[in-house]
Amino acid sequence: MLQVISLLMENKPGALMRVTGLLSQRGYNIESLTVARTLDPTLSRMTIVVDIESRLHAQVIKQMNKLINVLQAQDLTQAPAVLREMVLLRVRTAMESRTAILKEAEIFGARVVDSSVEGFALEATGESEKLEEFIAVMESYGEIEVTRSGMVAVSLESKKLKLSPPVPKPGEAVSV
Amino acid sequence: MSNLMSGAKILLECLTRENVDCLFGYPGGVTLPLYDAIYDHPIRHVLVRHEENASFAASGYARSTGKVGVCCATSGPGATNLVTGLVDAMMDSVPVVALTGQVSSKLIGTDAFQEADTFGITRSCTKHNFLVKDIKELAQMVHEAFYLASTGRPGPVLVDITKDVFQGQSHYTPINEIHLPGYKVFTEGHAGQIRRAAQMIWEAQRPFVYAGGGIIAAAASPELRELVETVDCPAVCTLMGLGGLPGSHPNFLSIPGMHGSYAANMGMYETDLIIALGVRFDDRVTGRLSSFAPHAKVIHVDIDPSEIGKNRAADLPIVGDVKRVLTKLNKILHELKPSMSGKNSDARRAWWRQVREWKTEHPLEPQFSATEIKPQHLMNEINKISNGTAIVCSDVGQHQMWSAQLIRFDEPRLWINSGGLGSMGFGLPAAIGAQMANPGKLVFAVCGDGGFQMALPELATLVNYGLNVKVVVMNNGYLGMVRQWQELFYNNRTCAVELGSFPNVEKLAGAYGFKGRIVESPLDLPGALREAVEEPGPYLLDVRVTPYENVYPMVPAGGAINEMVLGPPQPVAVGD
Ligand SMILES: Cc1ncc(C[n+]2csc(CCOP(=O)(O)OP(=O)(O)O)c2C)c(N)n1
Ligand SMILES: [Mg+2]
Repeated sequence: MLQVISLLMENKPGALMRVTGLLSQRGYNIESLTVARTLDPTLSRMTIVVDIESRLHAQVIKQMNKLINVLQAQDLTQAPAVLREMVLLRVRTAMESRTAILKEAEIFGARVVDSSVEGFALEATGESEKLEEFIAVMESYGEIEVTRSGMVAVSLESKKLKLSPPVPKPGEAVSV
Repeated sequence: MSNLMSGAKILLECLTRENVDCLFGYPGGVTLPLYDAIYDHPIRHVLVRHEENASFAASGYARSTGKVGVCCATSGPGATNLVTGLVDAMMDSVPVVALTGQVSSKLIGTDAFQEADTFGITRSCTKHNFLVKDIKELAQMVHEAFYLASTGRPGPVLVDITKDVFQGQSHYTPINEIHLPGYKVFTEGHAGQIRRAAQMIWEAQRPFVYAGGGIIAAAASPELRELVETVDCPAVCTLMGLGGLPGSHPNFLSIPGMHGSYAANMGMYETDLIIALGVRFDDRVTGRLSSFAPHAKVIHVDIDPSEIGKNRAADLPIVGDVKRVLTKLNKILHELKPSMSGKNSDARRAWWRQVREWKTEHPLEPQFSATEIKPQHLMNEINKISNGTAIVCSDVGQHQMWSAQLIRFDEPRLWINSGGLGSMGFGLPAAIGAQMANPGKLVFAVCGDGGFQMALPELATLVNYGLNVKVVVMNNGYLGMVRQWQELFYNNRTCAVELGSFPNVEKLAGAYGFKGRIVESPLDLPGALREAVEEPGPYLLDVRVTPYENVYPMVPAGGAINEMVLGPPQPVAVGD
């Protein structure tokens, strides 16, 4: 089952490798992965969509949280969240279909980002299923070329980021 | 306060600040500047004979002290040779810092001579790793490596350092702050959960303590003992936890699992409450998970949240440092004792009667013969000499299981073995590390004739440093543990397990310049061991034991723990 994971992590070399390594080591296939800097340039936000048996979802989140570069791992599969994807699509088409294509694009809320005698380049964002329909419709007009961004997600719950207190050395005295 | 220093000197300064007194390593091209700095630095460098053994020795040092063990290797082959030791330390949660040289930063990615992607290769065999390409980051990363290795759930951390960083010059300012915003460790344990645990413990009729390596890592032996005595329940320590509760403690039932004692496994099967402390419900302990402890509720205390519910669901999880949690738990147990402990006293008495019965029905007992040395006899003799106090570093195989069953450990950090990875070749180098860290202690390396030969070059290291390690080879002529499985599960079709030849240890040790002895008669065994212990410096004993002995009890892989095979020749299923 597809799991949607949102990670807040340090923006450092190797951080991405640790996350993908954790998944590939277990033989999980990544469906999509997006990552970019946050407002704080030392951190990145990553959204991963990965195919994992549901009974293992919690364990994967724990393993992600264990990574030293990861500040917070959240499972957004069931949680209240907005999930979006973007598509860039080029369609080659005959002159007589151009108006129809623009109509369809409007219905899907897509924007024209390039126009030439051969056809259009369009940009659309939305939920994945919606975009799949959009792609299918465009395909009916002619040859297309598609690039999808992969999913980005934002949680609608405000989970306070808790930073751990300093870690005691093993065997240090305990006060009760 | 800051002054201009080379990267190599900065590294040594950081090691000094981390109280590192000893470094296990092997030099090479890229680490030349480091060795040039070691030349006039007081740190002790132990030159091993293979980098794998540097990582095992660092592990032996760490396991026997609780301090961080440090190993060091050059780029490329040096670094890749460390990998087995890092995985081993990862599996057993041992605090090790590995320092590796890397080609100069401008050569990275060009397939330069002795370049290997150490950072990538060791991603999955370390708790964390660092690549230092800028001398200004060196001190910070080295201290963070030590911090990560030794705190929380301990583990190996690797720092890969480019040659230009070693050679460069920079102003050095001591680092006082660690910056690891993503490092999450919960040590205290949830107060409400701890209170509920205390109630569950007093409500249980057949409570059972299952303690592991976490007890050793957290230095929680006194707290474990207090718990076991307050509750007065039977307790087992895993292969990683031996010595966590004194082996001579009356409540102690030895190890559970594949080669665990009958009482340990039956107890685990019949209990109604498992108090799991710093353990991970490893498959070698649980056998078939679906029939593991079927009647039990589980209280699971561990510092690593990902261990909780990983294999067996916990009815009451407590994430925290087991020493801190037990301190609080014991206090509440005492508080509740007057009002609650009376409730189940009849059931508890019956439980103890049952456990004692199991103990006497099938005890773990040494076996003797007048004509041959039984492996169990050998372990019994080592046990007599050690009397609960020697450090025993075991290799991997049948001898490891007999050692764990029959040698008593009355303190933590005496029993040292490769538990999770089960890496042959571990015993001798681990003993080197343990002996360096504990010069006053009696240290045995108990090896099989197979594993000993994997670590054989380290005999030279023993001689170089005059290390007082007593190497005891339990020589059965076979890769015994594999042969045992071929006998039992592959219709006795033994293949590639007969070792055929073994060097004459008198000549072998003699060639290295110390004493070795072959022991063939059970009558000579006690004397030979005594001689080995009394002789100053290293000693090599080749003890020829019965070749065909197998380790029992045994829970076949994937079997239920109450269905132990108790001994040859006919497998007998026991239990309900
Ligand atoms: C590096 C490594 N290779 C292979 C194995 C598989 N293995 C486990 S026990 C064993 C036999 C060990 O033989 P020996 O050292 O003679 O010990 P014995 O079992 O006879 O006591 C082998 C080959 C292993 N654990 N580690
Ligand atoms: Mg053998």
